[in-house]
Amino acid sequence: MKGQALFATLILKRAGAGIFTLWFVSILVFAASAILPGDVAEAVLGQSATPETIAALREKLGLTRPLWEQYGDWLFGFVSGDLGQSLASGADVTQLIMDRLSNTLLLGGLTAAIAVPFALLIGLVAATFPGSAGDRAVTIGSLVLVSVPEYLMATILVMIFAIKLGWFPAVSYTTEFTSFGHLFSVMVLPILALSASITAQMARMTRATVLNILGSTFIEMALLKGVSRWRIIFTHALPNAIGPIANVVALNLAYLLSGVVIVETIFAYPGLAKLLVDAVASRDFPVVQSCALIFCASYTVLMLVADVLAILANPRLRRGGH
Amino acid sequence: MQTSISSEPAIVAVPAKAARLGAAGYVGVAILVFWLLIAIAGRLVAPYDPTEFVSDEGFLAPSLQFLLGTDYLGRDLFSRLLVGTQLTLVMALIATMIASSVGTFLGVFAAVAGGWVDMALSRVNDAFLSFPTTILGLVIIAALGSHIPVLVITTGLIYSTSVFRVSRALAMDQAQLDYVVVAKARGEGRWWIIAHEVLPNIFAPLLVDFGMRLTFAILFLSALSFLGLGVQPPLADWGTLVRENMTGLTSGVFTPIFPAMAIASFAIGLNLIVDDLATRSGQHIVGKLI
Repeated sequence: MKGQALFATLILKRAGAGIFTLWFVSILVFAASAILPGDVAEAVLGQSATPETIAALREKLGLTRPLWEQYGDWLFGFVSGDLGQSLASGADVTQLIMDRLSNTLLLGGLTAAIAVPFALLIGLVAATFPGSAGDRAVTIGSLVLVSVPEYLMATILVMIFAIKLGWFPAVSYTTEFTSFGHLFSVMVLPILALSASITAQMARMTRATVLNILGSTFIEMALLKGVSRWRIIFTHALPNAIGPIANVVALNLAYLLSGVVIVETIFAYPGLAKLLVDAVASRDFPVVQSCALIFCASYTVLMLVADVLAILANPRLRRGGH
Repeated sequence: MQTSISSEPAIVAVPAKAARLGAAGYVGVAILVFWLLIAIAGRLVAPYDPTEFVSDEGFLAPSLQFLLGTDYLGRDLFSRLLVGTQLTLVMALIATMIASSVGTFLGVFAAVAGGWVDMALSRVNDAFLSFPTTILGLVIIAALGSHIPVLVITTGLIYSTSVFRVSRALAMDQAQLDYVVVAKARGEGRWWIIAHEVLPNIFAPLLVDFGMRLTFAILFLSALSFLGLGVQPPLADWGTLVRENMTGLTSGVFTPIFPAMAIASFAIGLNLIVDDLATRSGQHIVGKLI
C-alpha cells in the first residue's frame, strides 16, 4: 500500500522533528544557566561569598568542567530521573517535582475532562442552530471569555464564590482531600478559572468547523434528500469535523500549560507551575531547568499529537503531498 | 508543510483594503484608542502623584475624592492606573516594534532568499516556536533578572518568531507573483526587490499583525508582572497593580478588579476588531486568539 507507507513516513518525520525539537529545547534551557551573569556558585553563596568558597563550591558542583560535559551529565541525569539538588533548600529535585507533578496533572486532567466535552457540546448546538438566540449567546459569550485573562477570571470567581457567597475557599493550598466534597470545594474555582478561556476557544472552533462543513455540497445534497437536521449533524457533518476539532483540542490543551502557571499562583495551588514560578523568583536553577523541560516536553508532545491528528484528518496530507 | 499552529495565531492575513469595519469593530477601535489616549495623557490628568500616600487607609472604596479608591498602601489607585497604562503600553509598544522589525526582516529575507537560507531560518524559528511562550519567558528572566530592558527585549524576541512565520508566508506569496519574477529577470538585487516590491505589498497585513502582537505583548508582560517576575515596585504596570492589590481580595475588597479589567478590556477590544475583520473577509480565525 503506497499511500499508507507515505502516510507512515509523514508521521514518522513529524515525530523525528518532535524529538529534534526536544533536544534543541534542552540545549536552550541548559544554556540559560550558562548565560547567567556570574554563575550558580556565586548565586548560591550570595553576599557571603569569598573567592575561596566560590572556587570550592564550583569544584563541588562540577562547574569547572567544560560546558558540553556538564550538559551531557545534566541531560543524562534528567533522562534517568536524577535531577540534582535544589539550590534554595538542598532538597532532591526529583522528589520535589514528583509531588508537584501529580497535583498539576490532577488540576489539568480534571479541567480537560470537564472543558472538552462541554465545549464540543455547546459548539455543536450553536452550529446546529446558526443565527438563533442560543448561537448568538455562544458567539458573543465565547468572544468575551476568550479575551479574559486567567487572573481576571480568577479574581471575579473568588469575589463571587469565595468572598460574597463563601461557598468555596479563596486559596487551594491543600491537596490532602478528606472526601469527594472536599476535593470538589478546593478544586472547583481553579478549574473554572483555567477552563473558561479554553472552553470558549474550543466551542468557537467547533462551531466554525461544523458550520464550514455544513456549507459543503454533500450536506446540501443530504438536505435536498430530506435528511433530518440531527441526522445531518451527527452522521454527515460530525465525522468530517472530528479531525480538525481533535487538532484544536490538542492545541488548547497545550495552551493550558501557560494558563496553569497563572492559576496555580493565584490559588497558591501546590503544583509544578507554582514550583517553577517560585524557583524563578529565587533563581533556583536546577528546579527551573527541570520544570521548564517538563513543561516544554508536554507542550511538544501535545503539538505533535495536534499535528498527527491534522495529518490523519486531511486526506490530501495523508497522501503525502499538497 | 505547515500543519503546526502555535498557541498564538499565525494570523490569517486579513486583506486590509477589502476589510470594512462593522459596529463591533468600531467598538473595539474605540476601546483601543481610549487606552492609547490615556497612555499619552494619563500622567497629566492624574489627580495625585502615583507614589504619594494620599490616605492613611489602604483599600478605601471608590469615592469622589479617590475615583477608584486607594491601593494596599493608601495610594490613589486611579492615578496609579493612569500612569501604569503608560508604562504598560510603552513597554509593549517597544517590544512589538522589536518583534515586528526582527521578524519581518528575517521572514522576508528567508522568503526571498529561498533555498538553504530559508530552510535554516525556518527550522530554527520552528524550534523557538515550540516553546510555550510563558515558560520561555520565565527561563530567560530566571537567568537575567526582572529588569525592564530584559523584559522588553525578551518579549520582543519571543514574538518575533510568530512575526517571522507571518511575514515569511506573506512574502512567499508575493515572491511567486509576476512583478517579482519580472524584477528578478530584470536583474534587480535581492535587497532592491525586498524594499521596492515585497515590503510595500505586505505592509497592510503586517500592520494588522502588529496590532495583534501588541495585545499579546501587553498580556504577556502583564502576566509576568502578575507573577511578580515583571515590573518591580515602586513602578507599576497593569499586571503589578493586580498583583500588589490581590491581598485585599481575601478581606473582601475589589481593588484588583480595576487593573484586571483594564487588561481584559484591551484584549476584548482587539478581539472585537479581529473577529469583525475575519467575518467580513469571510475567513475563520484559525488558531488561538489569546
